[in-house]
Amino acid sequence: MPDINLATATAAEVLGALNNRDISSVELTQAYLSRVDALNGHLNAVITVDHEGALTAAKDADDARHRGEGGILNGVPLLHKDIFCTSGLRTTCASRMLENFTPPYDATVVSKLKAAGAVTLGKTNMDEFAMGSSNETSYFGPAHNPWDLSCVPGGSSGGSAAAVAAGLAPLSTGTDTGGSIRQPASLCGITGLKPTYGRVSRFGIIAFASSLDQAGPMTRTVEDAALMLNAMCGLDPHDSTSADMPVPNFHDALRGDLKGLRIGLPKQYFSELLDVRVANRIQDALKELEAEGATLVDVDLPHTQEGIATYYVIAPAEASANLARYDGVRFGHRCDDPTDLMDLYARSRSEGFGSEVQRRILVGTYALSAGFYDAYFKKAQQVRRIISNDFKQAFDQCDLIAGPSAPGVAFSVGAKSHDPIAMYMEDVYTLSVNLAGLPGLSLPAGLINGLPIGLQLIGRAFDEATLLQAGHRFQLRTDHHRLAPPFGEIS
Amino acid sequence: MTWEMVMGLEVHLQLATRSKIFSGAANRFGAEPNVQACAVDLGMPGMLPVLNEQAVRFAVMFGLGIDARIGKRSIFDRKNYFYPDLPKGYQVSQFFEPIVCEGTFEVPMPDGDLFSIRITRAHLEEDAGKSVHDRFPNQTGVDLNRAGTPLLEIVTEPDFRTAEQAVAYLKALHSLVTYLGISDGNMAEGSMRCDINLSLRPAGSEAYGTRTEIKNVNSFRFVEKAIAVEAKRQQELLEDGLSILQETRLYDAERNETRSMRSKEVANDYRYFPEPDLLPIVLDDAYIAAVSADLPELPGAKRQRFIEQYQLSNYDAAQLVSSLAMADYFEATVTACGEAKATANWMLGDLAAALNRENLSLEDAPIGPLDLAGLVARVADGTLSSKLGKQVFEGLWLREGSADEIIAQRGLKQVSDAGALESLIATVISNNPDQVAQYRAADEVKQKKLIGFFVGQIMKASKGQANPQLVNELLARALAGD
Repeated sequence: MPDINLATATAAEVLGALNNRDISSVELTQAYLSRVDALNGHLNAVITVDHEGALTAAKDADDARHRGEGGILNGVPLLHKDIFCTSGLRTTCASRMLENFTPPYDATVVSKLKAAGAVTLGKTNMDEFAMGSSNETSYFGPAHNPWDLSCVPGGSSGGSAAAVAAGLAPLSTGTDTGGSIRQPASLCGITGLKPTYGRVSRFGIIAFASSLDQAGPMTRTVEDAALMLNAMCGLDPHDSTSADMPVPNFHDALRGDLKGLRIGLPKQYFSELLDVRVANRIQDALKELEAEGATLVDVDLPHTQEGIATYYVIAPAEASANLARYDGVRFGHRCDDPTDLMDLYARSRSEGFGSEVQRRILVGTYALSAGFYDAYFKKAQQVRRIISNDFKQAFDQCDLIAGPSAPGVAFSVGAKSHDPIAMYMEDVYTLSVNLAGLPGLSLPAGLINGLPIGLQLIGRAFDEATLLQAGHRFQLRTDHHRLAPPFGEIS
Repeated sequence: MTWEMVMGLEVHLQLATRSKIFSGAANRFGAEPNVQACAVDLGMPGMLPVLNEQAVRFAVMFGLGIDARIGKRSIFDRKNYFYPDLPKGYQVSQFFEPIVCEGTFEVPMPDGDLFSIRITRAHLEEDAGKSVHDRFPNQTGVDLNRAGTPLLEIVTEPDFRTAEQAVAYLKALHSLVTYLGISDGNMAEGSMRCDINLSLRPAGSEAYGTRTEIKNVNSFRFVEKAIAVEAKRQQELLEDGLSILQETRLYDAERNETRSMRSKEVANDYRYFPEPDLLPIVLDDAYIAAVSADLPELPGAKRQRFIEQYQLSNYDAAQLVSSLAMADYFEATVTACGEAKATANWMLGDLAAALNRENLSLEDAPIGPLDLAGLVARVADGTLSSKLGKQVFEGLWLREGSADEIIAQRGLKQVSDAGALESLIATVISNNPDQVAQYRAADEVKQKKLIGFFVGQIMKASKGQANPQLVNELLARALAGD
């Protein structure tokens, strides 16, 4: 292998090597596949590896490059969260329900990344149906955090975060319904972007909560995230909620300093809930942004706390309907020997869904039921609007909002899995961003006792460019994102 | 006690769009099971709906056709329930804000009088698939071809008091939607399905009684019968001092009875909430005006025009506009022959009877508007008596040629030559001296009866071709002994 250290390689570096013909995509893909085969037993970050498909795609990418063709990620290996439908490749959503489900279609994100030349290595582990903040609800067992294998990688895109952190691929896709890209990015020390709702098509993404779900890049660097976002995003006629908004060249937007940029600090994000060590790291990070020319201003997001309750009404309500199709009739798990229709439904769903998924279906069903709709769902919709307005007002005073991505560092497997409320608190800083539909970026901001923590930047709707620019300037001044977990060096 | 029946109707109308309401799959009736259902219709994981603009346009056309308020901002909602032929476990419908709001509909009754019905609302939704219970022993098949077919659910206020009104409404609705071209309205194929909400109350009472809902009655005739048997059932219960259970009932046409559906299906809590996968439908005035400008002449306006332009009776006009094919046939015939009333009589009389006898639709009739016009013209100009006209009609029906050709071939020309008729009359008089004597002895009233005998003899002798009016005149003079 030429001078590429897969444990820390970025997509930009890999692209450079490919374009210089230092290495072929087939060689690179083979090397990453070997790394997956060697390390995944420890990490459980990948559910399905597609050796054959990956090598075929790599060969195609090499051929295209020889012809002087190929997209912006031509030949770069990538892993997809197992929530993206991949044509001909098993897509489980980490659920027993879809253990044997092979879709006959690609998600728009998948086909766009294919068109950009990316090579799909396989599908990553996640919380079942993206419901969880630790990857522990996966039917295939938890993924492990490469910084400490006894710890969780966060969730729900835990496998994607762990895989990028451990160098199983330079890029992975994630989805973020209430922090599911940013919190695991924080816990695994990588860069994770949740774009504005509508920026990336949801077509072919197995739905959890339709009004909140959004796909985004999970990468080592902001530069890679910018490249990948351009390849993923844009209006999709198959998704009515995808936005008809101009798509800038995000890579070009990375240039320039932060002079005049106002960064808002919501006091609610720095309350006593926050681990003081995390608070200190965030303060350090903010000093770097100030040094780049940004000014810090205090802002108010008064309904941050209500965000959790609001989210845990709306997301389960939508999920209760989205998951109704898994009834054992047409696809997915079906119980043996049903005695009648009700038995078919009840047992197929009880067997096919894990306990967290069942909990959310029950909560959501309750919140929508006759006599409770006004008190729960309707009220939550109202609070959602208030939260959205809070952000709008805050953005009158600033251009970005900064805070932590998660309240603390990675925790031990099992530490919170029997305390749903403690688990839900993991997303206190992220999920109001989903409720408001805004873009959010998590950046590695250092270690606490050897475990990473993330800085979160939140932008105005469809202003990912400013977010990425600030993130890139931060990464030019810091090397947190260059740290590799000790685990990654094994092989 | 006398009881008054109170009914409101819900009609599910399948819209004749090219593709389904939320997918690109074809929207056609009668294909092999499950070949017209794509991944979206099957509710496959990750699939998303995309609204069909044509369905929106059709709904707006309907709304304008009943003078309804159009919902300028309407939203889709999810109606949640489990059923094997409902692929997603929810139906995308409009619950909170429908596309068509309150309107009124003028319904012609069979006698031609108009009856006004208030429409509560009409909303867009997707149809479910079909459960097939009779094809596999002890198993149920699911055919999802129908899943995702666009439906317009049209809900009325409880304005119906008789089965006749309900049927008249459905016929008028059928005529409206076929004029608009938004549905074929075929009840037998399920393009137009009717649910009847029915209750009884003591005559004169203001309060409504407890209602039942009769589901999916699939012909005009069954609507009439279902209403009759359900009203009878409710009346018997009430007269026995029992109460009516609010429930959904199915009409069984074979046994001519309604029976209760399982109460479980009635007690569904549908947990409606706004569909997050679709944006609100926002319609501006320009769009509505453009749709309005494209509307064809609708049955009500056409009926009024027929009455004024052709001096038709309410009854004839209502009958002739009940289908666009009939109205067009009428106008084409009148344009060719200029005889509106006679054309109406032929169409609503002999032509309707022949079509009915042979179970044909007007489109398949062997007699076209120009053929009929030829016949009408020959009766009008006296070439044919109405009796001979019927023979020509018969010839036209058998495709023997045009009216003139048939008159020539069959030798059916009416004899109006006084000289020829007078010699016939003279022969008949000389051959029947007894009858002549009897006639001459009778008073005026009796004579009117007796003259029929002579007319019959003359018509017989002329093979029906004698002009009956002229025969009457000449005969009366001859018998009087002039």
